[in-house]
Amino acid sequence: MVPDKIEKRIELKAPVARVWQALTNYREFGEWFRVALTEPFLVGATVRGNILHPGYEHVVFEAKIEKMIEEELFSWTWAHPKTMAKEHYKPDYTGEPRTLVEFRLQPTETGTLLTVTESGFDQLPDDRREQQYKGNEGGWAQQMTNIEVYLGEHA
Amino acid sequence: MASMRRLRTRRPAPAVLFAALGDETRLALVARLAAGEAASITELTRHSRLTRQAITKHLRVLEQAGMVRCVRAGRESRFELDPRPLCEIEEYIQNVSREWDAALGRLKLFVEQ
Repeated sequence: MVPDKIEKRIELKAPVARVWQALTNYREFGEWFRVALTEPFLVGATVRGNILHPGYEHVVFEAKIEKMIEEELFSWTWAHPKTMAKEHYKPDYTGEPRTLVEFRLQPTETGTLLTVTESGFDQLPDDRREQQYKGNEGGWAQQMTNIEVYLGEHA
Repeated sequence: MASMRRLRTRRPAPAVLFAALGDETRLALVARLAAGEAASITELTRHSRLTRQAITKHLRVLEQAGMVRCVRAGRESRFELDPRPLCEIEEYIQNVSREWDAALGRLKLFVEQ
């Protein structure tokens, strides 16, 4: 099917504590992510702010903070608006599909290995997703093979 | 409003596609049709525990999302997959992926300065 997950890894030449702060301090986060946040990140809270990208200032960033495990894991869910085109954009994300964003930090000799994943693009329950997308690295053809295998197992 | 609806019908938003796929029965129907051959409702119902009516309802959702189209074959309606919206989702996810690359590039500059 469609790729269900985005995964990025990046080596940062900065200690884990520094990276953690850049991720979880809402002012610092706002600077590099380019969003105007006015309230701190707290587990369970929903934070909102306007995107600061030129041309996208009308778009609202809205994230519900899921986990904050000091210097290890920071995660949130957010909704993807139907459209960001100014004339059709609606800032109410109620009922929109949500994806899960996870930042994982690992210390390395030179600084920090940061892994970012965004998952849930297909909105499937976790257990199904795992079976269906096992070993899913390829494109469309691979996804279809996975689906066939899944259906074979569940026939 | 009319033009907006036309726009939506022609190019369903990713959210509509995600919602259409977020159901086991519909996912199974898509997988079945992905084999390439059009199938009738009778054929699609045969391997399912669901009723003909239920399968029809799911097919309509997929049809509205532009993922399935109904083709007439004699007296029978057959359904076939239109892979284009799925390609659009892939494209959408690639865009999100590129945005992450840019954001992480900015984070790198930010923490390493």
